[in-house]
Amino acid sequence: MSSFLTQEVPISWYLLLSAVLFSLGVIGFLIKRNLITVFMSIELMLNAVNLSFVTFAHQWHAVKGQIFVFFVMMVVAAEAAVGLAIIIAVFRARATLAVDRIDLMKL
Amino acid sequence: MHLILFFVFAGFCLAGAINLLLQSHPINSALSLIVVMTSLAVLYLLLGAEFLAAAQVIVYAGAIMVLFTFVVMLLNAGREERTLGSRTARSVGFPAVVAILAVIATVILKAQGLGVATLGEGLTNAKGSTNIEVLSGVLFHELLLPFEVTSILILIAILGAVALASRGDGPHGSRERMGGE
Repeated sequence: MSSFLTQEVPISWYLLLSAVLFSLGVIGFLIKRNLITVFMSIELMLNAVNLSFVTFAHQWHAVKGQIFVFFVMMVVAAEAAVGLAIIIAVFRARATLAVDRIDLMKL
Repeated sequence: MHLILFFVFAGFCLAGAINLLLQSHPINSALSLIVVMTSLAVLYLLLGAEFLAAAQVIVYAGAIMVLFTFVVMLLNAGREERTLGSRTARSVGFPAVVAILAVIATVILKAQGLGVATLGEGLTNAKGSTNIEVLSGVLFHELLLPFEVTSILILIAILGAVALASRGDGPHGSRERMGGE
């Protein structure tokens, strides 16, 4: 029982989880039709990459990976604020959140 | 213990991410994204990133997701019509996603000597220094200037958000148009 309690998890499992989360984010980015959920899929991808940064920081006993995640978090906070403000502005101008109908720049 | 926690919270992560894709109402997607982010915070704790786990809960699950749910409720976003994306997304996107995932998984599984993650392993081998001490030492000594620049970035982002979300004209015109709606 004690050997089970101290069991270790392979680094590759964390990396695989990160890769799967990233792919789910990409799929969400492709299939979701709502502007807000598309934005949420981007957040999911950023989180997946953060997980692999933390995993590698743990593996190499290096603090730089965690520092990088900290800065990514700060930039994501700024990005979310500006992005959601843009979504509000788009909704005000077009009265829709469906990405199919926001096609002003489409060729 | 480590293994059990990893499986439980990795399962929560994947379930939340899949639920985000399956739900058609944005508020349900937002709530499942909160599940993903909080489970990721537990995984950060397992990997010895205590500060990042706290920041993940406070910044992501707290601030950013509150902003998301606030916008969803403010815009009264209803159900989205379910489509499978455009033809380009179907024909190029999905094979590309599968290919990227396959390549990454193959590289990870074939890599030798990645090692194992053990609970309570520090960032340094030095005695008597915790992970947070090491992190704050680097963050507030070597990287003090980037840290301060980040605060300016956030300030500019706040100004940009206010400028974008406000009506763009004075309070008189905004009140007028609000009444028109």
